[in-house]
Amino acid sequence: MTHIMVPVKLVPDLVEELEIADSGTALDMTWLRLIINEFDDHAIEQAILLKERSGGEVTVIAPDQEGMDDVLFTAAAKGADRIIKLIGDFEEGTNNHALARAFADAAKDAGPDLILTGVQGNDDLDGSVGPYLAEYLGMTYVGYVAGLSLEGDKAIVQKEYPGGLIAEMEVSLPAVLGIQAAEEPPRYVAVSKVRQMMKEASIDEVDAGDLDTSGGLEVSSMYLPEAAERAEMLEGDEEEIAAKLVEIFKEIGVM
Amino acid sequence: MNNDIYVVIEHVREQVADISYIMLAAARDLAQETGGEVVGILLGQDADGLAGDLAADKVLYGEDPALAEFTSDAYQNALAGLIRENAPRAVFFGSTTIGTDVAGVLSARLGLPLVSSCLKIDDGMIVSQICGGKIMTESNLADTTTLITMIPGGYKPEEGQGGSPEVTPVAVDVADLRVALKEYIEPEVADVDITQEDVLIAIGRGIQTEDNIELAEELAELLGGAVCASRPVVDQGWLPTPRMVGKSGQLVKPKLYLALGISGAPEHVEGMAEAENIIAVNIDPGAPIFDIAKYGAEVDLFDLIDYLLEALEDA
Amino acid sequence: MAANEVSHSPSFTKTFYESLFDVTDGDNLKSCLQCANCSGVCPFGYLMDFPPGRMIAWMRAGIFDEVLETDSVWMCVSCYACTEVCPKNIPLTPGLMTRTKEEMLLAGNVPTELQSALEFSQRYGNPLGESPRKRAEWAKDLQPEVPIMRKAKRPVDVLWFVGDYPSYHPRVLQTTKALYNILNALGIDYGILGPEENSDGDTQRLAGERGLFEVLAEKNGKAFSRYDFKEIVTTDPHAYNAIKNEYPELGIEYSVKHYTEFLAERLDDLKPLLKGNGEVKVTYHDPCYLGRANKVYDQPRALLEAIPGVELVEMPHNRTTSLCCGGGGGGMWLDGFQWEKAHVRLSEWRVREAVTAGADVLAVACPYEPPRFEDAAKMVEGAGNLAVKDVVELLAEAMED
Repeated sequence: MTHIMVPVKLVPDLVEELEIADSGTALDMTWLRLIINEFDDHAIEQAILLKERSGGEVTVIAPDQEGMDDVLFTAAAKGADRIIKLIGDFEEGTNNHALARAFADAAKDAGPDLILTGVQGNDDLDGSVGPYLAEYLGMTYVGYVAGLSLEGDKAIVQKEYPGGLIAEMEVSLPAVLGIQAAEEPPRYVAVSKVRQMMKEASIDEVDAGDLDTSGGLEVSSMYLPEAAERAEMLEGDEEEIAAKLVEIFKEIGVM
Repeated sequence: MNNDIYVVIEHVREQVADISYIMLAAARDLAQETGGEVVGILLGQDADGLAGDLAADKVLYGEDPALAEFTSDAYQNALAGLIRENAPRAVFFGSTTIGTDVAGVLSARLGLPLVSSCLKIDDGMIVSQICGGKIMTESNLADTTTLITMIPGGYKPEEGQGGSPEVTPVAVDVADLRVALKEYIEPEVADVDITQEDVLIAIGRGIQTEDNIELAEELAELLGGAVCASRPVVDQGWLPTPRMVGKSGQLVKPKLYLALGISGAPEHVEGMAEAENIIAVNIDPGAPIFDIAKYGAEVDLFDLIDYLLEALEDA
Repeated sequence: MAANEVSHSPSFTKTFYESLFDVTDGDNLKSCLQCANCSGVCPFGYLMDFPPGRMIAWMRAGIFDEVLETDSVWMCVSCYACTEVCPKNIPLTPGLMTRTKEEMLLAGNVPTELQSALEFSQRYGNPLGESPRKRAEWAKDLQPEVPIMRKAKRPVDVLWFVGDYPSYHPRVLQTTKALYNILNALGIDYGILGPEENSDGDTQRLAGERGLFEVLAEKNGKAFSRYDFKEIVTTDPHAYNAIKNEYPELGIEYSVKHYTEFLAERLDDLKPLLKGNGEVKVTYHDPCYLGRANKVYDQPRALLEAIPGVELVEMPHNRTTSLCCGGGGGGMWLDGFQWEKAHVRLSEWRVREAVTAGADVLAVACPYEPPRFEDAAKMVEGAGNLAVKDVVELLAEAMED
């Protein structure tokens, strides 16, 4: 039976304004709203789709961060068989090297055949989690995957290139795949199902020990981009603006 | 460790990707600080011809049948050896479907630091852009070989072209392969090639329904262009994938890019930022598309289209 | 089994049928005459595989599973038209249709557009996906200041429950500011919850997300309990409906009025402030959740008639027969889905009636409506000069010189 592990993390929710901490080298965590990395959400969906199609077992694993219990119970409601929370000093954020080491330690015990994780996260500064995890576990890594099937001890993956080109690759398992998009958009689970899961399922807690952040990078400064030079806004009602646009079209020579 | 700056040249099906030239331009900026050379690393089979116009001081060419087309582990293995032996000051990879398969693995395997999402080099500092463009960071080169993944936007591809570097073959070892390319699957055949159009009418979520696409088609017809779209429109199945502009879609540089109801998420902007004239229409004054557009109009899309169609028919 | 595949045990129909009796007057279901009035009056009934009447027939035949294999219930805009005409007073909208949507949702059979509105509601407390911190952003530069309860730290007479669209939607903000002006002009002692306010959740509930509704209601209930006020006034009829009829079941009990009721009670104070803006023919659209669902028909009309120069004309469908704008029951978040199926917009039908009635202004009292009817007016022939205004916007304009 294929055992699929899905490591997920939270990232800053870009709906909110981001602020820089007093240190000038990190995000201000007090104002940060965190949400599941959308690529990780696709990785969960892809794992569940595989399980539904060809059986297997899905484990979702995540660092202990505020709001993570909801993410894990939601994954359980979608069909994850096991949900694991890594206990450690994650609250203030850590780098992806450290996170990948913590995932790798847990994966060594669980022994998955396949690891699916988001190909990137919006706050990745020292690379993304997937490749590190693969290397720490001695597994192969292929990223930008948008669909896969399992054939024995191989995965046949669709890897996305720019311009819509797909490379179909055969990957020997065990492997880590960086998911760009699941074959179907992540499904909706009714809140009542998640609430039910909170009563029925339990989160396994695994001690991550002290985090090893080595190999990460030293940021010397972090800042908000200068307000870009904004567009010249055309004034007037729709009719007047339409007339102005026609003038601009003529000016730039497309009419 | 020497002072050279390496650039891993990306190519797919005998075509050098634009990001390779962009990296060469950045590498040049960095080499000026370190006092080293800009060195292109080209991996392939019968591919030395691709070194042609790279703006590098020299190109190291590693040849192996397993490198004919990109696979992650062949590249990882070949590059691990080259980087370990030569110990350059820094190595650029594309923040792409190719580069990110390799850079992270090498960072872990060789114990070298990695800086992601580099937009440009500024006074020797690596300037990165994260959080959907909302946060900038600066970092120094580390004390060891520093790996850098590069995003487009800070340099034009032309800045990395026009060289005629000397090509030196190097031995590479690609042993122990666990990934194999089976085949390329062509994208759906495009009814129009949006990368070749001078005028693009781009539609986003704001178009609301499939039927409204007709309005954009009419506009495109009157202006002699084509309709393209951001991801949500294509995900809805309203336009075929080859019409998608952005990170996983097409890269377009038309004379006119009229963005209708497109908010301007970085994934979309990546595909159209190089357009000559961007005009954005969006009801939301806070839409980031106005940050990159030349002209903007904060009005209702459909009203404007009606008047615009009228005005164009009259003109 | 795929999780988004509908599959139920044979006893499913029976369990489902019995669950409908829990709804107020649910027992009436047993007396359905199969008269098909409900299906006939339903604005989208003609293209549903299973309009309400046929749903009941299938249920009686024990094959309700078949209903869940189609997506026709997502055409239901929870407008109460069926419920209104049912000769046996079967609670079709709050019972049958809503429960069916709940089953669809549990099976994961949710159109994508609706899914994102529900996810946003869960994550941000509003279906628009806006920052919850910015819920009171509209009030930022207003003078006099809008009292936000957490900062004001004092009891008020009125807690103004602003609502989702009135807090964020650029068009509906005009309505919000109009109500703000009127509350100030009348010297009302009020406050708002600001970032502590969450979506009322009613439309999410009617779209089948009962669990989400409860979560949102509990958050609002907690916020209410922190402050001292005499009554709640809402901008949005859906919020009004939720707080009046649904929150009490969850133990959240407060006196609540829609702003049209609240202002109609103060007509004597309001009248002297209304100067009018010349002669204008106004027709009033009864919002489903003010009219049919809560029987508030006269107060909005009384407010309009108080404006000097306003001549109130009625559209053919008015009061109990009012036509839905198409936004209810999740319709607000199913525009693309419903368009694909129907290729007509309910809002255009309404606007055509307003034009036929010879109105200059289509007056509304629900935040879903100004954007929907304004869009429709662009498409309907002869509607070029029809203005869409909330009642409160007309009142505020009439106060200006």
